[in-house]
Formats: sequence, C-alpha cells, structure tokens
Amino acid sequence: MAALAETIGKRALEAIHRMGRMTVFLYRSAAALFIPPYRVRRIVKQVHFIGVKSLFVIVLTAAFTGMVLGLQGYYTLRKFGSEGLLGSAVALSLIRELGPVLSALMVTGRAGSALTAEIGIMRIGEQIDSLESMGIDPVKFIVTPRLLGAVVSVPLLTAIFDVVGILGGYLVGVKLLGVNAGVFFGQMEASVEWKDVANGFVKSLIFGLIIAWVCTFKGYFTGRGAEGVSQSTTSAVVLSSVLILVSDYFLTSVLL
Amino acid sequence: MKRLNIETVVGLFVLLGIACLAWLSVKLGKLEIVGGDYVPVHAEFASASGLKPGVSVEIAGVDVGKVESITLRNYKADVLMKIRGGIDLQEDTIASIRTRGLIGDKFVNLSPGASDRLIPPGGKIRETESAVDLEALIGEFIHGSAK
Repeated sequence: MAALAETIGKRALEAIHRMGRMTVFLYRSAAALFIPPYRVRRIVKQVHFIGVKSLFVIVLTAAFTGMVLGLQGYYTLRKFGSEGLLGSAVALSLIRELGPVLSALMVTGRAGSALTAEIGIMRIGEQIDSLESMGIDPVKFIVTPRLLGAVVSVPLLTAIFDVVGILGGYLVGVKLLGVNAGVFFGQMEASVEWKDVANGFVKSLIFGLIIAWVCTFKGYFTGRGAEGVSQSTTSAVVLSSVLILVSDYFLTSVLL
Repeated sequence: MKRLNIETVVGLFVLLGIACLAWLSVKLGKLEIVGGDYVPVHAEFASASGLKPGVSVEIAGVDVGKVESITLRNYKADVLMKIRGGIDLQEDTIASIRTRGLIGDKFVNLSPGASDRLIPPGGKIRETESAVDLEALIGEFIHGSAK
C-alpha cells in the first residue's frame, strides 16, 4: 500500500516537474525575443523553413479537404433540399475548425518533427554546449527564432488553407455538382461572421506556439544517442498533435 | 532564371498569407476597416424572436444596412439598426421582421412611408411588425381559433 502511494506520488511529482521545466523553457525562449541582438535573418530563415516549405502540403491537403467537404455536405444537405447552404457549411467548418487544426497538424508532421530532430542532433553533437561555452545563449540563438517563425507561419498557412479549401469546395459544389455559384458565395458571406475568422486566427496562433514550444523543448532536452533523438522526435509529434486537439476543444468552448 | 533568395520567397509567402486573411475577414467576415457611413436607427418590437445582430436590413429587397444590437427595454425588444447613409427614412416608415423562405433567416424589412418628416439619426421607427410565429399560425389553422 505504501509502495503504491510512493509510486503514484513519484509519478505525480515527475509530471509536475516536467511541466514546470517546459513552462520555464517557454518563458526563457519568449523572453529572449525582447533582448537584442534580434537576428532578423534567422527568423526569416525559420519562416521560410516552417512556412514556405509547408505551402505545398498545406495547399494539397486544403484542396482535398474542401473538395470532400463539398461532396459530403452536398449529399447530406440534398436530403433536406437545402443545397444552397453548402457554401456556409464548407466555409464555416473550414474557418472555425478544420483550417486551424489540420494545418497545425500538417505543420507538426512536416516541420515540427524536423525541428526536434535538428535541435536534438545539435544537442548530441555537443553544438549546444559549445554555443554555451562561447557565451552565446543557445535558447536565444536556436529556440527563439523557431518559436517566432512558427507563430508567424502557422496563422498565415491557416489563412491560405481556408481560402484554398473554400475554392476546393467551390470546385466540387458548383462546377461538379451544380450548386448555383451566386447562392454558394451569397450564403457563405451571410453566415460567416468576423468573429469566426478572428477565433480561427487566435486558434492558429496558439497552435503555432504549441508546435514550436513542444518540438523545440523535446529536441533541446533529448536523450542520448541516435535512439534518444528518434524517441524525442516521436514524442514531440505525438505530444503536440494531442495538445493541438485537446486545446482545440477548450479554445472552442472558451472563444465561442 | 535566377533563383529567388530566401527574403523574397518569405516576403511573397507573408503577402499571400495576409491577402488570404484579408479576404476572409473583409469579404466573408464583413470587417469594416474604415467606419463607413452609417446612421443608427432604433425600432421597438413586441418580439424579436429569431433576430440576431448582424442580419441585414432591407428596403424593397435591397440590402441597406444591418442590425447592430438587440436589447430589452420595458419588456420590449429594442433593435438598433445601422442604415447606410443617404437613405431617407420617413417618420411613418414601417419596420417588420420577416423570414427568408419558410425556415430561412430572419431579417428586417423597412417599408417607406409617405410623410414629409424624416427620422433623425438615432431616432426611432414607431410603426413595427413583430416576427411572425409560424408555429402559432399553423396551430391556429389546425385547431381553429381555439387558442
């Protein structure tokens, strides 16, 4: 009985310890943002890596997500004879939920895993230690640009995701299934409100922060050797995906 | 062709993203960056059931503004509307809550009056017709007027 209590207590303390370390890490990397030198070029490079290079996969998934929404929505709405609402259905589900969540998940898979692996190899190659010995704060030099890069890139990618998805829904709904184009966009404009767009934007900002935070943390404190890096890459992707989906629920319930 | 450098590509990416965001918020979200020329007008309804802020206000089927807020005053619904500037509302204008189609959205329809006097900005439309309660109507039709 005492052993059981001890195990539970130990686990709980470890979990609290880990959360505390992550919070301190986030604070350190975010606080370094306001200390010169700002190294804009390094941030631009990260926006390029996280944002521009994810563009293709985002456009591809967005187009197919919008198209399948058009298809599914059409056959569901047709049962009630209200195909005209297809535009609203596609735009609202994209702007409120699917855009922010799916683009964050795609960025996690494409860029987040690479962030963890890159920083993890820097750690086991002792590059981080050598930065420290040269008197350069490795958190500021390595983590901060990636954090800012993700926070800038993910909302922009989400906006592109929404627009491409709506075009995909238009393609299937209007061009293929014959919903009236004017009705499609008219209903969309009537039902989407500024609040929906703003909520989606806030969500994507927070998802960008989660991706960069979890992935850089996991890479920065990676285990030993190649196995350690592979483990932390896996757990970074799993943890940030789970956090994105869980926080999405709570963000929706708070923002709505 | 010369390979684009990173700065240019990132710049284009940021511009594209902002353009998409702008389209979403201005065209779909109807965000007003410049205030626009709107005149506030009140109308008091016995029931504003189904009416929501943001729905359109129409004259002869033409969109002339939108409902800004709905508040309760003296147990009546006080609907604040923003009407596009340059549209004169006569004192005997009738504001009625209508439904688009059988189960569609509610909107406010304004029927212009014939009076010479106009409603000043921030004034009140006196003549109003509340939302038609379809269920009550059907009920009345089925059960006669035994309500």
